Amino acid sequence: MYVAVKGGEAAIDNAHRLLADRRRGDRSVPALTLDQIMEQFALGVDRVMSEGSLYDRRLAALAVKQARGDLIEAIFLVRAYRTTLPRFGYAEPVETGRMLVERRISACYKDLPGGQLLGPTFDYTHRLLDEELDGDPEVEGGRTREGAAEPVASVADILDGEGLIETDGDLLPAEPGDITQTPMEFPLSRAMRLQSLSRGDEGFLLALGYSTQRGYARSHPFAGEIRIGEVEVEVFVPELGFAVPLGRVQVTECQMVNQFKGSAKAPPQFTRGYGLVFGQSERKAMAMALCDRALRAEELGEDVVAPPQDQEFVISHCDNVQATGFVEHLKLPHYVDFQAELGLVRQMRAEYAARQADSRSGDVVADEVQEAAE
Amino acid sequence: MLSEANTLEGGFSDPVLDAQSVFRALMDAMARPGSIARIEASMMPPAPLEPAAGAVAGALIDADTPYWLDSALDGEKLRSWLAFHTGARPAASLSKAVFALVAVPASMPPFERFAQGTQEYPDRSATLVLQIEDFDGGAPLTFRGPGIKERVRIAPRGLPADFAEQWHANRKRFPCGVDLVLTAGDAFACLPRSARLIPAED
Amino acid sequence: MTAAETIVARKDRMAVLARSTNAGLQELWSRLGVGPAYRLLRGPEFGLVMLRGRIGGTGDAFNIGEATVTRASVKLEDGSVGHAMMLGREPAKAELSAVIDAVCRDSGMAARIDRDLVEPIRLELRAADDTRRGQTAATRVDFFTMVRGEN
Repeated sequence: MYVAVKGGEAAIDNAHRLLADRRRGDRSVPALTLDQIMEQFALGVDRVMSEGSLYDRRLAALAVKQARGDLIEAIFLVRAYRTTLPRFGYAEPVETGRMLVERRISACYKDLPGGQLLGPTFDYTHRLLDEELDGDPEVEGGRTREGAAEPVASVADILDGEGLIETDGDLLPAEPGDITQTPMEFPLSRAMRLQSLSRGDEGFLLALGYSTQRGYARSHPFAGEIRIGEVEVEVFVPELGFAVPLGRVQVTECQMVNQFKGSAKAPPQFTRGYGLVFGQSERKAMAMALCDRALRAEELGEDVVAPPQDQEFVISHCDNVQATGFVEHLKLPHYVDFQAELGLVRQMRAEYAARQADSRSGDVVADEVQEAAE
Repeated sequence: MLSEANTLEGGFSDPVLDAQSVFRALMDAMARPGSIARIEASMMPPAPLEPAAGAVAGALIDADTPYWLDSALDGEKLRSWLAFHTGARPAASLSKAVFALVAVPASMPPFERFAQGTQEYPDRSATLVLQIEDFDGGAPLTFRGPGIKERVRIAPRGLPADFAEQWHANRKRFPCGVDLVLTAGDAFACLPRSARLIPAED
Repeated sequence: MTAAETIVARKDRMAVLARSTNAGLQELWSRLGVGPAYRLLRGPEFGLVMLRGRIGGTGDAFNIGEATVTRASVKLEDGSVGHAMMLGREPAKAELSAVIDAVCRDSGMAARIDRDLVEPIRLELRAADDTRRGQTAATRVDFFTMVRGEN
């Protein structure tokens, strides 16, 4: 039960002012600029874009600043902002095969066309804190290597040559479902699941993806390919009659390749899980691909035995804005509910005490019966 | 080139404020079924679409609401105009339309052929914008229902001949069913599905 | 030029303008000394475009998430209409891009703008891409086999 209460305006106003003060912190320390956040906190900004489901680095940086670095709060701010803008249209699907690649690796083939391109990765760092970064040391630019870059082939295409891997199918004329427009009804199409996963919480998907590797879903994945880079975006504009190029966005794509022993529905082959997220978010793209594959259990005729294979469980709980809302609503006044429960617990206590008193008067008899039985 | 520019003009002069004021007027009219209101914002849609119907389209239709046009309206010019000013595209079929713009209601398809919504989502139904000849001079209709004090009478001219029958059937589908916006020139009135048509008493 | 060629040229120009910086674009434009009178038909205004990917990389479409865009449409005094839509929230850049699109409806002006404004930006963008490609190429692993085991 809820009751309308008034009061607290001054307290709230002062709390907001205090929040602004704490956000700014020590005034002798220079204020952060959005450019600093975008440039030097780039992966945090990318996470906010990806889970905020809005590609705009500057806005994401502003949200990070406003949220004092609390990324989930920043994601919430970005989601709220997007509801204030009209949607002008739907872009043509991006072609990741034509990406300007900044990183591309495969754990399946050592020598695939285009090579293993490490890019700006943490992978081979020693994870030792670098005290030099406490200052502002001179940093050299990246080295460059001349020579015509080989086209970067996709691993799926290589396996496809042998017919050992499932194909993607075609681009269908029907519009894909959109979770921002229609209430969720399970089962969801794979397109709608991918949309949910792409904006889903990295930590939640990471944990679920991890669980699939530890046996909570039959999953034997290989990182078929991970690529990070920029893709062109085009949108059809009716008054022009052609698709207008809007610029480029950076995305991370992951193809997980899973050995599949076959089922009544499909022959033995390699199946795939797919991940595609805004910005440079490799962990998230990999976790998304693992979850996507696990969620295809039913489609592929596998038994649904573990949480990561359960659409309703995964999709209903992967959104950190929704999750935050429901968990944090517990902070709202529940004074009346609690009074009611307090009354109930008191009553149950009284009844319990009465029962105890009753049985105590019969204790002597019970003890005698007990002894006789022994 | 001039014809291109033509379809790019005649929209709201202040897109944000004009759309808001029309939306507000529509909301009020929807809350008071049968009351006749006027569009304040300037709107010059290509003929034969009239200002009120154009303003309703400008305020309500967008990229996420496919529309349907009757044969009197359908044409490259209006499609281009709607595309530019609202971002909307024509619906793949009649039953997929979220809004329908009708210039000749007398010969339009029956209401039941448009989206009716579902029991779970009655809001997934079509809103039909019917451009009538006049709010006067037609057969008098008396309505009761939420938002109507006692009863309201209007006499719109140019509705389908079997309007009464169709509206009773629409009412029977409640909570599903279509909602109507009647327009004439710069005037409009709303008939939500909750409005019940009752026999005239005098 | 045929209609198809015009569209290709127009798209090409739009792609470059979309990726330009506002400061750089304004600078080149002011040097061009073209200042047509125009009227805004729409915008510049912010909105969203839903971005899409393809399932598995080459399959059916799915929605990834939205991106902010800015669009503008203008009409010159001679009746020429120009449009612009681009990622981000930069109204001045979108408005100028729409003006450039309108001015380029005249093929003589288009040639001049392509040469003096679009081409310099394109070269700059291409150089940046080349640098990036070269930096990525430097992180390519050159495998060399030390010993190959027989079993």
